[in-house]
Amino acid sequence: MPNLNINGRNMSVEAAGDTPLLWVIREQLQMTGTKFGCGAGLCGACTVHVNGEAVRSCQTAVSEVAGKKITTIEGLGAKGEHPLQKAWVAEQVPQCGYCQSGQIMQAASLLAKNTNPTKEEVVAHMDGNLCRCMTYSRIQRAIMRAASEMRTASTGTDRRNT
Amino acid sequence: MNKQVKITNGEPADLSRRAFLIGTAAAGVTLGYAAIPGSLGLDKAMAAPAKIDPSVWYSIAPDGLITVTVGKADMGQHIASTMAQMVAEELGSNWKDMRVSLSGNDPKFNDPMLGALITGGSWSTMMNFDAMSRAGAAGRIALTEAAAGMMGVPAAELTVRDSVITHAKSKKSKTFAEVVKSGKVTKTFTPDELKAIKLKTPDQYSMIGVSVPQLDIPFKVNGTAKYGIDTFLPGMVYGKLVLPPVRFGATVKSVDDSAAKKVPGFIKAVVLDDKTGSTTGWVVAVAKTYQDARKAADALKVTWDHGPNANVSSESLLAEAKRLQQKGDAGLFFVKNGDTGAALGTAAKVLEAEYTTNINIHCPMEPMNCTAHKEGDIWHVHTGNQFATRTGAIAAGAAGVDPKYVVLHQAWLGGGFGRRLDGDMTVPAVQAAKAVGKPVKVIYSREDDVTMDFSRPLTYQKIKAGLDADGKVVAMNHDVVSAWPTKRWGIPDFLSPSVDKKGALDAFTVNGADFFYSVPNHNVRAILNELAQSATPSGQLRSVAPGWTFWAVESMIDELAHAAGKDPAQFRIAMLDGAGDNDGGAQRLRNTLLAAMGLAGYGTKKLPKGEGMGVACVSSQERKTASWTACVAHVAVSPSGEITPKKLTVATDVGTAVNPDGIRAQVEGGALWGLSLALYEKATLKDGGIEQTNFDTYTPLRMSQMPEVSVHIIANGEHATGVGEPTVTVIAPAVANAVFNAVGARVRALPITAEAVKGAMKA
Repeated sequence: MPNLNINGRNMSVEAAGDTPLLWVIREQLQMTGTKFGCGAGLCGACTVHVNGEAVRSCQTAVSEVAGKKITTIEGLGAKGEHPLQKAWVAEQVPQCGYCQSGQIMQAASLLAKNTNPTKEEVVAHMDGNLCRCMTYSRIQRAIMRAASEMRTASTGTDRRNT
Repeated sequence: MNKQVKITNGEPADLSRRAFLIGTAAAGVTLGYAAIPGSLGLDKAMAAPAKIDPSVWYSIAPDGLITVTVGKADMGQHIASTMAQMVAEELGSNWKDMRVSLSGNDPKFNDPMLGALITGGSWSTMMNFDAMSRAGAAGRIALTEAAAGMMGVPAAELTVRDSVITHAKSKKSKTFAEVVKSGKVTKTFTPDELKAIKLKTPDQYSMIGVSVPQLDIPFKVNGTAKYGIDTFLPGMVYGKLVLPPVRFGATVKSVDDSAAKKVPGFIKAVVLDDKTGSTTGWVVAVAKTYQDARKAADALKVTWDHGPNANVSSESLLAEAKRLQQKGDAGLFFVKNGDTGAALGTAAKVLEAEYTTNINIHCPMEPMNCTAHKEGDIWHVHTGNQFATRTGAIAAGAAGVDPKYVVLHQAWLGGGFGRRLDGDMTVPAVQAAKAVGKPVKVIYSREDDVTMDFSRPLTYQKIKAGLDADGKVVAMNHDVVSAWPTKRWGIPDFLSPSVDKKGALDAFTVNGADFFYSVPNHNVRAILNELAQSATPSGQLRSVAPGWTFWAVESMIDELAHAAGKDPAQFRIAMLDGAGDNDGGAQRLRNTLLAAMGLAGYGTKKLPKGEGMGVACVSSQERKTASWTACVAHVAVSPSGEITPKKLTVATDVGTAVNPDGIRAQVEGGALWGLSLALYEKATLKDGGIEQTNFDTYTPLRMSQMPEVSVHIIANGEHATGVGEPTVTVIAPAVANAVFNAVGARVRALPITAEAVKGAMKA
């Protein structure tokens, strides 16, 4: 019975230790923002943060994350107000939307460390996340927009070009 | 049935209890569904629902919120929002008051032109524009007349804007909410009255043509959008599929569940008895949790008879296609103009070429899934689907009940692309739920989803074309051999009579081959590859036939241009002369091509060695429902044949752009889809089974493979066309033509590989 800390809440779940975290989050806890796409770590739809790092929850056994800090899309911004979520709306990124939780979580782990990424850094960081609607150019734009907003928020000025 | 608008008040806006009812009975083509052979119950569901119920398109609640109920599946094309936008233009409502809700399989919400709940073909906007506009206008008129009464002023003096009705002279105004609350709205419209409403002209638009924010986006960035896979029902258990190694035709010989019984939570192994013909040889492992179901599925020992397709491969499908094409009497004529035999006989130059496409898999990011539950006599089926009319009937067939006992609960679709026109996932969910007496959620693994896709079929096309002494195309014979995806539906009205009335053909395998170029002698034959039909039940993959017909046509036109010693773009422009039936369409396509050429700088600059630009232009989807789309592809090709797409410039004439940014999004995605099919996606059949299983072996385009995509929308005031699919079809030929212009290598098979380019360079 692993004890999990998800989005700041302690939860205990009944699941065999080898159960992928994805299925515990989605089907047991019914937190459905995290998506199942491939079950093999190939598409990124299931991306969550474990201690701040983006991981594929379909490839993460629930026993591995006991006691660690797990964040899902539901916990990223209290009211969907994370700069990335706002940028995703501003750029009208989602089409079907199914992969976008994973895209946003993947992007968030980049911007948490680097609010001034180059386009190449964005592509390298995001390339494991498939979008079958192929919204990639808008994803790139939204990440750059959010990065810019985060820089402005932290310094009061946009230092993108420095 | 001719009370078209009925208004009550004080009730919340939901499907069952409406505050404000608007219906429309727009006349149009209705499809009378006849029997589907061998599908229990399907014939009943399809039996002539043809008459369009005066449907309830939207409601206005007393708080002023306007909820448009959409009979269309929303798979990311934002059609729900677009429908609301069309209503809002004529209604005069404020965009922030608009909401959408999705209809299930209630025929009330049938498409006014198609007479069914079906989403595809890039049809939705063009076929619903008039109906939604009239529904909106009828609401405005009804509200205005009621407001006039309330204010004691003539209705003709009122203006409507942002959900407020204003009398300028007296400075009085009423909000929609106030008018609805008053209960004074009582107007009804007959179909003739609805038809007589004078709609706005484009110069009066304040909402059409504006990129208002899509209504479905806010809940798609915070994880709260509900897809079919997000369904939870009390007492629900899970089903995991155990599938035979062949795509179609297997039967279960035995099931040994002794090991599965040791898996905690295992409930039962259910062998499907599928009389709808959607599945063969499927077993469902049912267990308490999904993880248990997966373990139980792995533990089940199932043996199969692999059936008649056990030895079929991509190679044998292609060989069969070639054999069929060589038969003079094969297939049915889709186009038969002039005398191609005579014209080819006297042509100055004759070119002959074969074009192929491999099997392609839809792979929507949300794997197929369904949750089924019986309550009383009613089967509730929760799933996201593009063809609720048929899928509800398939669920009924699986349950062995009349389709009227099935309620389909529609969700947002985690990708559709045509995959969700099918209803196979209802069969395991319904039959497992029936077997265990509980709600069952069946989730396909990605491997299940890939290997059991209703794929784009392998296609083989042969074109023989002749040039006269002046380099003009005088004749073309075009044979298209494929599985017939739409014939598989078993709905006769989706087939078309051949031009010589010798039979019914699946036009969804040849659309596009009836292009807008002037070719005086022109034959197109549609030839059914029965082996492919049996072994690889095919489906409609984003853009369907134009995805392969324009691959062949737009490649061959380029080959003819080069043979004639002419610039391929100018060669096309000369052929788009608008003669005869091509009048109108040809000129629009020509203009679009010219626009793309100008925007790309085609022919204006010398490119470095190994680089080239190629053009293609298409009238996808059907001739009668075309959008006019052209692409200039700019590629670099390495000496080893590796292609680097540098830029795709796409122009598309959509007539009227309802939401320009939404169109741009569809065209951006469509262009990359086209590139992905051109270069990166290939599935193969071996021993009757699809060899690829997941995104390591079936590899859609990723972000790092994305070139610059430059999108240009032409809105010239013609009727609104569709945009979800056409761009997909223009990319592959444009890229192949660019490769030829770069390094002189002509590749005629999709996807285009470096090996093929290198081989063609040597040749």
